Amino acid sequence: MKKKLLAALMAATCLLAGCSNGSTSSTTSTSRTTSETSTSAASTAESKDASAPESATSGTESTAQTTSGANTVVAGFVYIGKIDDGGYTQAHDAGRKAIEAMGVETHYLEDVKETVSDTEEAIRTLIEQGCNLIYTNSFGFMEGTVEMAKEYPDVKFAHCSGYQRADNLSTYFGKVYQARYLSGIVAGMKTKANKIGYVAAKGIPEVIRGINAFTLGVQSVNPDATVEVRFTDTWYDPAVEKQAAIELLNNGVDVIAQHQDTTAPQVAAQEKGAFCIGYNFPTSDAAPNAYLTAACFNWPQFYTDDVQRAIDGTWSSRAYWEGLASNMTYLDKLTDLCEEGTQEKVDEAQKKIISGELEPFTGPLYDQDGNLKVEDGVKMTDDEIWNMSWFVKGVVGTIPQ
Amino acid sequence: MDILNEISLFLQTSVQMGTHILFAIVGGIICERVGNMNLGIEGMMLMGAAVGFSVACATSNPLLAVLAAGAAGMLGALIYAVVTVTFRGNQVVTGLVLTIFGTGVAGFIGKSVSGNIIPENVTKTFAPYKIPVLSDIPIIGKALFDQSIYVQLAIIIAIAAFFYMKKTKWGLNMRAVGENPAAADASGINVTLYKYVHILMGGFLCGIGGAYLSVVFLTTWQDNVTAGAGWIAVALIIFSTWNPLKAILAAYLFGMLKGLNFKMQGWGIQVSSQLLDMIPYAATVIVLIIITLRKKKEYQPPKSLGNPYFREER
Repeated sequence: MKKKLLAALMAATCLLAGCSNGSTSSTTSTSRTTSETSTSAASTAESKDASAPESATSGTESTAQTTSGANTVVAGFVYIGKIDDGGYTQAHDAGRKAIEAMGVETHYLEDVKETVSDTEEAIRTLIEQGCNLIYTNSFGFMEGTVEMAKEYPDVKFAHCSGYQRADNLSTYFGKVYQARYLSGIVAGMKTKANKIGYVAAKGIPEVIRGINAFTLGVQSVNPDATVEVRFTDTWYDPAVEKQAAIELLNNGVDVIAQHQDTTAPQVAAQEKGAFCIGYNFPTSDAAPNAYLTAACFNWPQFYTDDVQRAIDGTWSSRAYWEGLASNMTYLDKLTDLCEEGTQEKVDEAQKKIISGELEPFTGPLYDQDGNLKVEDGVKMTDDEIWNMSWFVKGVVGTIPQ
Repeated sequence: MDILNEISLFLQTSVQMGTHILFAIVGGIICERVGNMNLGIEGMMLMGAAVGFSVACATSNPLLAVLAAGAAGMLGALIYAVVTVTFRGNQVVTGLVLTIFGTGVAGFIGKSVSGNIIPENVTKTFAPYKIPVLSDIPIIGKALFDQSIYVQLAIIIAIAAFFYMKKTKWGLNMRAVGENPAAADASGINVTLYKYVHILMGGFLCGIGGAYLSVVFLTTWQDNVTAGAGWIAVALIIFSTWNPLKAILAAYLFGMLKGLNFKMQGWGIQVSSQLLDMIPYAATVIVLIIITLRKKKEYQPPKSLGNPYFREER
């Protein structure tokens, strides 16, 4: 009797754990009816009209297209984190919600591990659920996505932040370094100690590029300021991220920037009476007395564009890498804590970046030892920027091997 | 910045980084001392973190938040105790299930409160405060006397647990249960009661350990906030040879590890952080080897650790 009871209890525990873990869930089941679809499509058209007045006819046309195409495109998302992680994945999920508002059915899987087998498993699950357009949102999903793209030539794929493409596999990412350059201006104006801290995750080009752009932004308004970097070797460990920030603050920095997925460094800055710059999307709530701004992604920009192409039948493999100009990345609204005159400097730089007049990675650029790396007036190519593996002058720190 | 001040700030942060682990190690020791190995520490910590955070946000009452966090940890421990003590289920499997269960529950609760921040009067209660004179002691002053009351509570609980175990009758009975439950039973000790009480006590400490992270240290909800701290605690229980005083040392040494990495980065010294992450486990293995070689009685694990107690079985 006791054994039976025990077995029942264990089973119940397992079940409960499984339910609440919620690691695999999907929304918008196929029960979403066409009438619902058409209403949401109509409301999108309405909001489009409100924001950017178009002629009535073109509005109706796009509605019609959306409604008819919505039956064919089903988008699936493979996420590295949870949709409410307050960071990276939540920012992506805003994009998924935006295409759902277009009337497109979506499915997603959270907390997928960055191994080939887990990636493939997740993609298969989504395809079985009827998805024919798959997005994988982390670098580590690359290999699995490439394999699945080979196996399912009729399904369209897009992989975030990678470099491998195929006829049915795009890559996409935002030029967040441009927004980081702007946030560097904000930090450079704010710092009194002329020492800024930067909590970084890993020594990979994506992170290095961000640190460099940020530092160039800082130095464009404050040539004396330096940026001190600490690597945590983790994308996600709130306590360790905070510890790194405290170490920097103890060393006398008075502004903290970050390339991490939690708000822990911002909390540290607030506690020590310093200031902070966020990442991914606006997080002013976490540290209201310290928050200056954040370098943000606007993922709906890409996802809606890409899905629209699939609906229109114009989808083709591409390397999408856009920045401020197409509103793919942006700087959050500056708070009142920013130094006076910051807004003007940011606006000016932003205008120049958008017009193409200013490219942050234009020579002369020196490395940490003062060696000239990029000649005066020479613009680094996208490829060079993408694969950057050295720190510019003004960065204090070493890239981990 | 002079060197003494730098060391003292470094120790201050290290202590903060070791506090949740200290709660968890002491909780784990109390549980293992009655002969039950609980691998559910991570799960109980997460449940405590989530419930403590939610209650702090909902009520703005710091005491209530701590008690609720402890109660959540206890609830996890209760499930574990029912399965392993009453039904004599496998302790390892039950502990693992508890971790998975706790992670899920915490994620579920956390979903509804993510984005909230801890109300101001709770953060005020738990903000670091300076004890005059004592906090100016060079090197250790800041680490011990310029801290949150929550941090100091961890040290007090560890010391209290030590005296309870070594100096009181109940502590003696408790250790007897862990060493040889049949003998304890024969001498009139209620084995089941002792197991239940101490497993629940351990769960309580793990719960408030988790809440330290979410309520005091980070003040925001982050999913899976412990990031594996519970597993490190499991290893450090062995490292501290089931002694709560040594647990203080173990926890704070762990707190120093990452900080040391950041310091070395500042000095321009490259150390693989994977290597540093390995140290607590490597140290535990070394301690295990030493205690098995030396066979000194006071360093041995409780004899009945991991075995269910059947009264009828001889």
